[in-house]
Amino acid sequence: MGDSQYSFSLTTFSPSGKLVQIEHALTAVGSGQTSLGIKAANGVVIATEKKLPSILVDETSVQKIQSLTPNIGVVYSGMGPDSRVLVRKSRKQAEQYYRLYKEPIPVTQLVRETATVMQEFTQSGGVRPFGVSLLVAGFDDKGPQLYQVDPSGSYFSWKASAMGKNVSNAKTFLEKRYTEDMELDDAVHTAILTLKEGFEGQISGKNIEIGVIGNDKIFRVLTASEVEDYLQEVE
Amino acid sequence: MSIFEYNGSAIVAMVGKNCFAIASDRRLGVQLQTIATDFQKIYRIHDKLFIGLAGLATDAQTLHQRLVFRHKLYKLREERDMKPETFASLVSAIQYEKRFGPYFCQPVIAGLGDDDKPFICTMDSIGAKELAKDFVVAGTASESLYGACESMYRPDMEAEELFETISQALISSIDRDCLSGWGGHVYLVTPTEVTERVLKGRMD
Repeated sequence: MGDSQYSFSLTTFSPSGKLVQIEHALTAVGSGQTSLGIKAANGVVIATEKKLPSILVDETSVQKIQSLTPNIGVVYSGMGPDSRVLVRKSRKQAEQYYRLYKEPIPVTQLVRETATVMQEFTQSGGVRPFGVSLLVAGFDDKGPQLYQVDPSGSYFSWKASAMGKNVSNAKTFLEKRYTEDMELDDAVHTAILTLKEGFEGQISGKNIEIGVIGNDKIFRVLTASEVEDYLQEVE
Repeated sequence: MSIFEYNGSAIVAMVGKNCFAIASDRRLGVQLQTIATDFQKIYRIHDKLFIGLAGLATDAQTLHQRLVFRHKLYKLREERDMKPETFASLVSAIQYEKRFGPYFCQPVIAGLGDDDKPFICTMDSIGAKELAKDFVVAGTASESLYGACESMYRPDMEAEELFETISQALISSIDRDCLSGWGGHVYLVTPTEVTERVLKGRMD
């Protein structure tokens, strides 16, 4: 299957010990639209810019933040189509877990399985690594959790994190603003302020997307008007 | 002669007040011949989860080994013990995998779930779960056991009283069944301790 010249792994080690394709994948992530997540004491918020290529695009048809299970949501920075593949696989894995155990999948398990998929694409023939980093927000028996998964397949738990274009400014801003006992509403405000920091143009409910999960353990994406309300509170 | 009656078995589990008891007979036979009188049919998965396997002994042992394997991996990955309800779903799935060439076992699962709430269930050899609030039975003596439990059981019994009740129900049922017997094995589980006792009945 496939031309024999191409059936080797694109992720072969360089002499310096790096996997160059993964480095390039991280670059693709770094030039993607900014996204961030904040873990509050009673929930998690994830947010992203939603800059569309033209004003003619119907922004209501575009949804970057998606749910993997009723209590786990995800946002990405990087290549949108790659994230759709991961979302699809993760949803399937979550359902398989439920079918076997009749118990909703714990956040850590889903993150681990998604990361395993991403790692497989760095060690197989004829494929390339995913050009996305994911921020997974969930609420289960262990409480609110926020994980980042990279194209290499490594994953980290964060109190607050950012990815994409404006990552260093955003992280500095978050480091200053984050407190351990933040409530979910404060976290949403902080998320908006962080996005505003590097935002080119006028921020509104139509060009950012925010997803939250609280003590009710139900992940949902805020509507444009709810985002507008938060934006006005922040002004 | 049914394959389920080849080795002979009797298993019963009962719910008490914040505790449960699970009991089995001790006979291993090959049809009419008795081979062992100390055969274990109830296995511990963890301190708050026990499974008794009635039916063909070889399938019971293999199924038990597979379940221990799965639980050990689960514990390593998830860093917690399996809840009884989750375990029951797992057993059901494993049995249904073999829908057209099943394990000839009827499991009885008993455990303490969240907040130490007692949980019992049984299922047929292809994984059809049956949850119960009071008692579940399995094995060649199951019909006698149903009758004995139905008349002797009362809800919310304390641990010692539950032990007496389940012991009486087990002994009187296996005494009437030629394929199960040679005493009984009773596990009494509360949130703080697990007590294992051996009963003496008609040794035949």
